[in-house]
Amino acid sequence: MSKRVLMKGNEVIAEAAMRAGCRFYFGYPITPQTEIMHYMALMMNKVGGTFVQAESEVAAINMVYGAAAAGGRVLTSSSSPGISLKQEGISYIAGAELPAVVVNIVRAGPGLGGILPAQGDYFQATKGGGHGDYYNVVIAPASIQELYELTVEAFNIADKYRILVMILGDGTLGQMMEPVSYRDNEPMVIPDKPWAVTGRAGRTEHNTITSIYINPDDLEAKNRELQDKYSVIKKTEVRYEGLNLEDAEIVITAYGTCSRICRNVIRQASEEGIRVGMIRPITLWPFPSEIIAEVAKSEKTKAFLDIELNAGQMVEDVRLAVNGCKPVHFYGRMGGNLPSQKEILDQIRSIHKEVSK
Amino acid sequence: MAIVFQRTEGLTQKPFHYCPGCTHGIIHRIIAEVMSETGILDHTIGVSSVGCTYNNYEYFACDMVQAAHGRAPAVATGIKRVHPDKMVFTYQGDGDLASIGTAEIIHAAARGEKICTFFVNNAVYGMTSGQMAPTSLLGQVTTTSPFGRDAAVQGYPINVSEMLATLTGAVYIERVTVTDFKNIQAAKRAVAKAFRVQQQGLGFAFVEFLSTCPTNWGKEPVESLTWLKENMIPQYPLGVFKGKDLVV
Repeated sequence: MSKRVLMKGNEVIAEAAMRAGCRFYFGYPITPQTEIMHYMALMMNKVGGTFVQAESEVAAINMVYGAAAAGGRVLTSSSSPGISLKQEGISYIAGAELPAVVVNIVRAGPGLGGILPAQGDYFQATKGGGHGDYYNVVIAPASIQELYELTVEAFNIADKYRILVMILGDGTLGQMMEPVSYRDNEPMVIPDKPWAVTGRAGRTEHNTITSIYINPDDLEAKNRELQDKYSVIKKTEVRYEGLNLEDAEIVITAYGTCSRICRNVIRQASEEGIRVGMIRPITLWPFPSEIIAEVAKSEKTKAFLDIELNAGQMVEDVRLAVNGCKPVHFYGRMGGNLPSQKEILDQIRSIHKEVSK
Repeated sequence: MAIVFQRTEGLTQKPFHYCPGCTHGIIHRIIAEVMSETGILDHTIGVSSVGCTYNNYEYFACDMVQAAHGRAPAVATGIKRVHPDKMVFTYQGDGDLASIGTAEIIHAAARGEKICTFFVNNAVYGMTSGQMAPTSLLGQVTTTSPFGRDAAVQGYPINVSEMLATLTGAVYIERVTVTDFKNIQAAKRAVAKAFRVQQQGLGFAFVEFLSTCPTNWGKEPVESLTWLKENMIPQYPLGVFKGKDLVV
């Protein structure tokens, strides 16, 4: 660690991408992520990279597809309505197994919705999002420092598995400022890409990048290959943070901005003598089901409380992991509103009352 | 014995799947010959689109990328920005380019993207079985204009070459056809010129090929060529729309 500066979340994503060796950015303006574009427009020029303001999100993601096929380290960023438009390209990227990083600074929906923070894109992000049977790796940072580190990591994971990695932030993370430390020389893991289209000079065979397999057996085999890759990722890339899991009676599940509010609530609850812990998924896909299942089985755990900025999306994955072992409660806010500490504490008090009967 | 004619090395050994009388095969061969004869085959990356030529990445011997419907110019932009020293082309039909892909082609041209687009206009959707295309002629019977294209209901054909010629970033635009030897030779010269424009970094180059679709037109191959000459050329005149005096 060499440099500590105060920066805005969106700018940190761009700085991290640049330091991770990303030299190609294609995007289209949308609030609340536009600072990523502004920063990339300056930065790519400075480091001899490419910045293209595309005519639409659809074009931008297809430029990403082309640049990734050509072997480039490539980024695009957008916010919810724009990410919906990118789903076509995201599905093709999954099918053609191309490495790319997509940032979604989520805003409230559905439709044009609003520009304030939300987590309503959880389903879309973690269940594929576009057509067909596929997953993206989905990373949910909760601080500006994590935005930096996980953006760098996103590029390495993308290249390692030839997969699309989505950074799922929200309007709060994108817009807020916090101190961030960078390393001067980010360790870059850019593997050889013998599959990329580079012109066939030096090769005997031409390389082709495609996602179409007209023969059903070929397509099924391709799907099996993808599923095998996803199984490996599920085993190796799950990340989460556990807090007070040893003795918690109530375990909160929350990610991103929500988890920060919950962290303060846990302290307040303990002052009242209520032991609250938290599982904060850092990867939303692969989902940290195992630790949730393990904690659910513990005698000490009486109940779960899932907090989200939506009507209850991740809570479905929490319930699958808990598998009926313990009650799972949910509290969410929508429309761009955040829950206050008091609102969450009230939920905890009422659950505590129930489990103490 | 001297070899006087053989398969160009710009094509793979895979036989084409195109219908009898379809001119995609001739257009493929022209592009492949130019790549081979001008020595750019090892340094070219092509982009296949969606339609009858979705899998021409199996036919062209250069590196190839298959793109989503209409998005080939955006995909080519991504490729070209990573490899500015390589030749990049898209191969697109009229449904792909003139309907779903209008935004991508217009903006690639407007940016002066240093790529070539080979646009095959047969006035119909081929692969999905003969629906009306933006390029279908007035009165043309298709599976989705069964009473003939009626301007009052379905609007008018789009002349893509003329439209793109209004953009400064497009430096070379020519419309050709492949109905006979003379036109095939002219088409080949246009393809070679388009690649030279790209090689010299001058901007966007575009060649439109008037092409036949005997299967979906419901016509014999020879009759199709006649229909093209008598009906398509009056709507889509051959010629250079941009870069006539460009010496490359």
